[in-house]
Amino acid sequence: MKVLERLLQRARTKSIGLFHLNTGSCNGCDIELVTCLSPRYDVEQLGIHLEGSPRHADILCITGPVTRNTLEAVKQVYAQVCEPKAVVALGSCPASCNVFAGSPMIAGPLSKHIPVDVFVPGCPPHPDAIIEGIARAAQILAERGVAQEAETAVQQ
Amino acid sequence: MNTVAMIALFAFPGLLFAIPAGWLSVWAEHKAVARMQRRIGPPMLQPFWDFIKLIGKRTPARSGIEANLLRLYPALSILSLLGALALLPVFPQNGHGFSGDGILLVALLELPSICFILAGFTSGSLFGEVGAVREAVLSVANNLVFLLAMVTLAVTQDTFQLAALGGAKLNPGHWIAVIGIVLCIPAKLRLNPFSTSSAEQEIYSGPLTEYAGAALGLWQMAHGLEWIALTGLVATLVMPLGAPWWAAAVLFVAISAALVLLYSIVAAATARFTLERSINFYWRWAAVLAVLAIVSTVCMRWHA
Repeated sequence: MKVLERLLQRARTKSIGLFHLNTGSCNGCDIELVTCLSPRYDVEQLGIHLEGSPRHADILCITGPVTRNTLEAVKQVYAQVCEPKAVVALGSCPASCNVFAGSPMIAGPLSKHIPVDVFVPGCPPHPDAIIEGIARAAQILAERGVAQEAETAVQQ
Repeated sequence: MNTVAMIALFAFPGLLFAIPAGWLSVWAEHKAVARMQRRIGPPMLQPFWDFIKLIGKRTPARSGIEANLLRLYPALSILSLLGALALLPVFPQNGHGFSGDGILLVALLELPSICFILAGFTSGSLFGEVGAVREAVLSVANNLVFLLAMVTLAVTQDTFQLAALGGAKLNPGHWIAVIGIVLCIPAKLRLNPFSTSSAEQEIYSGPLTEYAGAALGLWQMAHGLEWIALTGLVATLVMPLGAPWWAAAVLFVAISAALVLLYSIVAAATARFTLERSINFYWRWAAVLAVLAIVSTVCMRWHA
């Protein structure tokens, strides 16, 4: 059983599906996230890939200050990602609403609505910082998976 | 069940060989795209890690008959593909197969595609339904050529027994039919340029959009097995007869690997066809080849 758990934990850091959600971002962070997939950074060699459906993803990458329009979508998409999951907030907007703070159109910051595991600051953040943030989130996700399995075992 | 059939189903070219080989094929597909884009690409064990990770995901509970159906489709696909692999006459001199096993093989190779279509409709997702319709249309398009090619092979040998189908290598109709089958495989594997049914930029993952966790992992495994079953079919048709068993096994693996490489490079180098263009390709151009194969074979038989 221990071997299987360790294999599972290793797999969670070696195969990472990202779902990218824009909650009213200016596109700067989105462009930097897509840069990570380009030949220069090539995150696929680390087992990181973008998924089209939140059901297939492990880590939710959120950009933007969470506008009132997108708040419901954020909650829905977060609920659709299967456990164990982690959330990475890309850029300064989801962390603090950045220059949009105080606007009546903004429902952020993100951590008011869903739990965030890793904040990657910057306006926009550097692709290296984004990759490091995703790697940390993967580590958190693997540990969370172990904790959840232990919890289920106790309940049974 | 005799020992030869047991080995074919569980060892080679079945379960033990096909699952790792299928993962390697999926890796080769992704690696070829990466190399063509001057990237390094995924590590060799990536499909294995993806599968293990998906097994450990907690999926949302669905209720009713659709929950069971959605679990049944990928399992049925895997079982039918393992059956198809067991039917492939890799060692034909061992008295492999039975009369009419070619018809069973065609049915078993078609079942995953039917399950894929049904999965799209059962999932209730709009993207799933669009993907299912596209897959159904593409299946009708490529099966015209595929079935004509299989019938041509049967006519050349006067039997549907797979072990005999590879025996008419001097007949030009045989080679035209093999080319027809080779042309159909990208559509059956949903590879570029015939990847309309799972076009990720348009309809997310098509019929698999609502899938998650272990069931999605099983679909990915079925895709790997599809690679091995279809490239293996071509390998058994072009392999020379009468080779010793070890040479037959090595040739089977080498020809399958060469085809995997060929399809991966074609997939990486081409863009996606529209559905209309895909149908045009099969019904207008590839069908000419298939009709030529069957007409020439029938004429040669009549002449003889």
